[in-house]
Amino acid sequence: MNVKLPGTVPEALDMLASDGAAVPIAGGTDLLVHWPVRVEAHERTYVDLSRLDSLRPLRWTADELLLGGLTTYWDVIRDALARAEFPLLVNAARQVGAIQIQARGTWAGNIVNASPAADGVPVLMAYDAVVVLESRRGREEVPLDRFYSGYKEMKRRPDQLVVAIRLPRRRYSYQVFEKVGARRAQAIAKVGLAITRSGAGWRVVAASVAPTIRRCPAVERLLETGTPIASPEALLPAIAQDVAPIDDIRSTAQYRARVMARVLYHDLRDFWGTRA
Amino acid sequence: MTTLTVTFTLNGKPVSLGVDPAARLLDTLRYQLALTGTKEGCGEGECGACTVYLDGLPVNSCLIPTYQVRGHRVETIESLDPGALEPFERCGATQCGACTPGVVMMAWWIRGHAELLSTHSIRELMAGNLCRCTGYDGIVESVAEALPDGRGKRET
Repeated sequence: MNVKLPGTVPEALDMLASDGAAVPIAGGTDLLVHWPVRVEAHERTYVDLSRLDSLRPLRWTADELLLGGLTTYWDVIRDALARAEFPLLVNAARQVGAIQIQARGTWAGNIVNASPAADGVPVLMAYDAVVVLESRRGREEVPLDRFYSGYKEMKRRPDQLVVAIRLPRRRYSYQVFEKVGARRAQAIAKVGLAITRSGAGWRVVAASVAPTIRRCPAVERLLETGTPIASPEALLPAIAQDVAPIDDIRSTAQYRARVMARVLYHDLRDFWGTRA
Repeated sequence: MTTLTVTFTLNGKPVSLGVDPAARLLDTLRYQLALTGTKEGCGEGECGACTVYLDGLPVNSCLIPTYQVRGHRVETIESLDPGALEPFERCGATQCGACTPGVVMMAWWIRGHAELLSTHSIRELMAGNLCRCTGYDGIVESVAEALPDGRGKRET
């Protein structure tokens, strides 16, 4: 294994540009799980980000929350303003492993690890997060809901580093994050849902029910149009348009679709148009 | 294989040693520095037996490449007063002992950050420490007992 230890962001970008197979490593909570076992991990070059202190802090501007490329879950959990303005970030962060993981894991790492079962990504997406990528060729911004193109496929070139995540500050009239797992703590989601409503409209984001975390446009449309929905089952056609759950070690496709329907139906009871 | 020289503060004292870039902090502590109080349970960040403090925050040493602690501050179970174990023995929260160093590290960290109990329960704060012997009631009770004013006792 080869490790490169940049001291500044430009140095890190040079290292990524000169080795297309180099893997950036931040908190290591995903990469270390199979660290000593995988042969290819021994042959790989890692670019260590842990010294890039400028990427660590989260910052507030008049109209945005900016998470740094190295901002951890714990950094957000401990931020009083984040608790008030982006409660789903805090809620989801508290369900990522336990403190030992929250202290190391980064939001940017959660995005580029690209797990379909991620906890951080759905809440970021429900808040219309924008991924800020930097390389020697310049800066690029990609809305998170357009960042993934397939299972573990994303619009990050190997020479690009996620240096920030931008979240617009908005007034939310509804926001909820639901994670269904095998146990309350330290579970990986069988189904995850992040739902928000603001002046920008409804956002319904689902986890663990498709090859990527994704928005659910058909379900969002039902909410926008106030379509009457009288039961969880009535949501299944829209869910089938939006997601494609599979059977795997954690759950089954059928269970996932049904749980998603029931959680959506019960959480959003007041909005399904039946009472109009 | 290249070796990296890593200098950091361990239990209040400076240490400097050469490590394999792939070395995990857990293995460096146990096999290079002979601090075997820190245990390996799962090796993938689930069980918390390998909990140490990095710059004052509890972390899983199985998930940290040793080179990442260069210039930082690490504390292990060996840094704690042996008296830290007392509430756990009294409350029946120890048996085989594999989880105990991690559990005590977490308990003592909570003790030093009791303000977290306004937002977190002891159970949530201890969620990253698995025990296969005793069940969790004794552990939660011990953590509450370890608090300066017993303020967590309500929860047990």
